[in-house]
Amino acid sequence: MASDKQTQIRTRTRDGVTDVLVLVNHPMETGLRTDPKTKEKVPPHFIQKMTFYLNGKEVLSASLGPGVSKDPLVGIKLKRAKSGDKIKVIWSDNKGESGSEEATIN
Amino acid sequence: MKKILLPLAMLGAVAFMTPTVSADPASDLKQFQEFFKKKFPAVPFDEYANGLYALPGLEPYREQWLMYNDFPPLELGLTRGKKMWETPFKNGSNFASCFKNGGRNIAQGYPYWDEAAQKVRTAEMDLNDCLKKNSEPPFTGLDNDTKTRVRLAELTAYFYSLSKGQRVNIDISSPGAVKAYEAGEKFWWQRRGQLNFSCANCHMDLAGKNFGGNQPLSAALGHPVGWPAQRLEWARLETIHQRYKTCNSQVRAKPFKHSSEIYNNLQFYETYMSSGLPLTAPAMRN
Repeated sequence: MASDKQTQIRTRTRDGVTDVLVLVNHPMETGLRTDPKTKEKVPPHFIQKMTFYLNGKEVLSASLGPGVSKDPLVGIKLKRAKSGDKIKVIWSDNKGESGSEEATIN
Repeated sequence: MKKILLPLAMLGAVAFMTPTVSADPASDLKQFQEFFKKKFPAVPFDEYANGLYALPGLEPYREQWLMYNDFPPLELGLTRGKKMWETPFKNGSNFASCFKNGGRNIAQGYPYWDEAAQKVRTAEMDLNDCLKKNSEPPFTGLDNDTKTRVRLAELTAYFYSLSKGQRVNIDISSPGAVKAYEAGEKFWWQRRGQLNFSCANCHMDLAGKNFGGNQPLSAALGHPVGWPAQRLEWARLETIHQRYKTCNSQVRAKPFKHSSEIYNNLQFYETYMSSGLPLTAPAMRN
């Protein structure tokens, strides 16, 4: 299920190492928080898996959990990535929502 | 002895009163900016646009600020604001049509004195009026409804981002504007709350100090140019009036209403005092 949550990517190359930063608009609910109004537990809702692709080839797959903050910023470092390479990120959460974003390394 | 003390006491009273007696705005402005020049001689003028991160002694905060500015979380809110700005209304018009120059490079003149209404007008008010004019539902309940206020803050943030880098230039030529300016000035210097602090106590006298070890105090110069801003603590974009409200409650005073006249005047005064600084809004703040 595609989600309406924003995913943004920024890249930056320094000394041959490319930083790929991914910012996702996600509540990252742990399931332990109580809603102050209804006094009921807020159901868990967090990103479980985030996969990075470089030119269509999987380079990294990360398992995230409820310990990650709201609106998480996830960064990886890539060696041997060239300017003009395509980077793609796909994430999916425990409610079956998913999102993706593509960017070109500058 | 009494005879000597009395004139001395009177002299003291006069010397104490002098800074609060209002001169004309232009010389106030000079005095205000000179104060910070003397207090922090090592800080260049334009650096004040970066808020507390410009001040000596708060370098650890600056380091962190530079790190998270690589990809600040406010980008999410700003993108939502951009979408709101660009989405046409039901009648086919859009936000850009309500503003001069399509809303570009005009925010340096905000808030401005409206001669017809005899009131200070902020960007938030103009955006709301634009909605009303095009028979769209305006943002209401800004005091209680966080979601609506944040949406307005995101929209205002995008409006300000269209004028990024423009230098603050407030027109204060009419007598009504000077009156509003004086009302704002009075609020700025007036002590309030259980803690009995005025705005100036923290943001002029104690600027650059770390209050209670976790509340770095910014310099008043450059306050309004970074707002709407996202504070790490709040994790969302907020309007400057919301910051005024929380500032007031931090000194344990009863805050005024969002978009109330007194806050408009305060913003008018504060922005005029930051004349010449480049706009950096939206910004990350502590």
